[in-house]
Amino acid sequence: MRAMVYRGPYKIRVEDKDVPAIEHPNDAIVRVTTAAICGSDLHLYHGMMPDTRVGTTFGHEFVGVVEEVGPSVRNLTRGDRVMVPFNVYCGSCWFCVRGLYSNCHNVNPNATAVGGIYGYSHTCGGYDGGQAEFVRVPFADVGPSPIPDWMDEEDAVLLTDALATGYFGAQLGGIVEGDVVVVFGAGPVGLYAAKSAWLMGAGRVIVIDHLEYRLEKARTFAHAETYNFVEHDDVVVLLKRLTDHLGADVAIDAAGGEADGNFLQHVTAAKLKLQGGSPVALNWAIDGVRKGGTVSVMGAYGPMFSAVKFGDALNKGLTLRMNQAPVKRQWPRLFEHIRNGYLKPNDIVTHRIPLEHINEGYHMFSAKLDGCIKPLVVPDVA
Amino acid sequence: MAYTRQRPGINESADELRARIPGWGADLDPKDRPSIPKLRLHDVPGAHWDFPERQPEHRPRERSIEHAFLTPVFGTTCPTSGLSGVIRRYAYRRYSEGRAAHWLLLLGADRVDAWEHHLRSFLTLRPDNPITQTGVTSELSRGGLTSRLGQKRADRAHHLLDPVVVAGPWVAAVAALAVALRSAVRSRRR
Repeated sequence: MRAMVYRGPYKIRVEDKDVPAIEHPNDAIVRVTTAAICGSDLHLYHGMMPDTRVGTTFGHEFVGVVEEVGPSVRNLTRGDRVMVPFNVYCGSCWFCVRGLYSNCHNVNPNATAVGGIYGYSHTCGGYDGGQAEFVRVPFADVGPSPIPDWMDEEDAVLLTDALATGYFGAQLGGIVEGDVVVVFGAGPVGLYAAKSAWLMGAGRVIVIDHLEYRLEKARTFAHAETYNFVEHDDVVVLLKRLTDHLGADVAIDAAGGEADGNFLQHVTAAKLKLQGGSPVALNWAIDGVRKGGTVSVMGAYGPMFSAVKFGDALNKGLTLRMNQAPVKRQWPRLFEHIRNGYLKPNDIVTHRIPLEHINEGYHMFSAKLDGCIKPLVVPDVA
Repeated sequence: MAYTRQRPGINESADELRARIPGWGADLDPKDRPSIPKLRLHDVPGAHWDFPERQPEHRPRERSIEHAFLTPVFGTTCPTSGLSGVIRRYAYRRYSEGRAAHWLLLLGADRVDAWEHHLRSFLTLRPDNPITQTGVTSELSRGGLTSRLGQKRADRAHHLLDPVVVAGPWVAAVAALAVALRSAVRSRRR
């Protein structure tokens, strides 16, 4: 099969790889019909995530058709169209039965601090991902779901991570009616978080980024008030001014470990790999939210230490909430919102890239060229 | 304002927001959101086991020493090999996830792994090609200049560092090879 393969920092290529095999009785093999490149894939691409091995296939957002199932699989049969949450999870461990699907203890031998994620390094279990023609899907009775007939395939692929994560970010903010919500980062997760904040009754949604085309999307797609941080000397002071010097009630970090806005933080994290991530947005969230407010962290950070302003979080009495999204827990509600027309996930898709050109897709997404917000990967198109 | 007891006003009423934003308030009740209540015990649909059957371990699989045993299911892509494999296995065997040494060794092993594969690729018909593999050609096809010129982007400064990060080790490797060859030639002449 053809598959995207990591060759070292900033380098990928498409290679012939063996079609994955059933390795556990509850495995399925899925033929991928649409995948996506996630902003967090860029952390792997840039060599930031420890134990990212040459030869690994990335891709934790994908949908496809079941090609083969293991002997204990009861809920899927060959030919089913399925959407697969980015979490690999067993459904029976201490964490899964408490709804913490993203923290499953039975799928990642390499680390206890993170669950299993498709195509996201050995630190997340050493599974190949879906930027390929085929992918192995463990616990096929638990994670994947048939794609509803009425659902657009692109909407389905965006539900496997980006939309569920953005919605979860707003949810962890504990938004109550009339709250002022600030979202740092107008990438896919930030756009969905901003949109979701309204569903939860926000009175005002502010989005901060430095890319004008993404801020434009935040205005049109997420109805948000937007600010380009490059135009302001101090983002924290800006936020205080915008909120009558109180600060936002809820701040959502949707930028994560490669956030811009502080050259030193960015370079030490993203280029020199001396931090687990560049916590620029997180620090702005901590300082920009009001005392007693909530910071929700959805941006991805590596397992190493990061220079976070923890003292300010303590002294302000903040609630910090975060996790990888337990995707499937969000689906029934998100399905409803899509059916009701409240959410149209694929409005943010800007590029559909053939698998054979994925190297250019990664560079375009990484360097933010051509107005790129969300690139999908289409294996079938040559 | 923050200096008095009044909460700063929101400019729009709930009715105005509902009229302007499709779905506004659809999830207004914080207790009726998908991940609430947290930690409620429930049967996960599809999990017809108490503990999953174990996936066969066809070759020794490294694991965190914070785990009691190898998890019943695990990824099998790219098993450890070479010098990078030695470093990785040591990092897993010796240090917990709580130790910086664990992660720094793994990051170091990643760099060794990349060079092991680069060197190995030169013995094949498809050697690594940093130009095509970085996708840098999309700078021409996807508006590299127009995407940056005239834009207030905070990332323009460190974009200049990317070629150094990518090409630097290759240039250093070629330079080191040239120096080694030159000194070898000189020592033979003596």
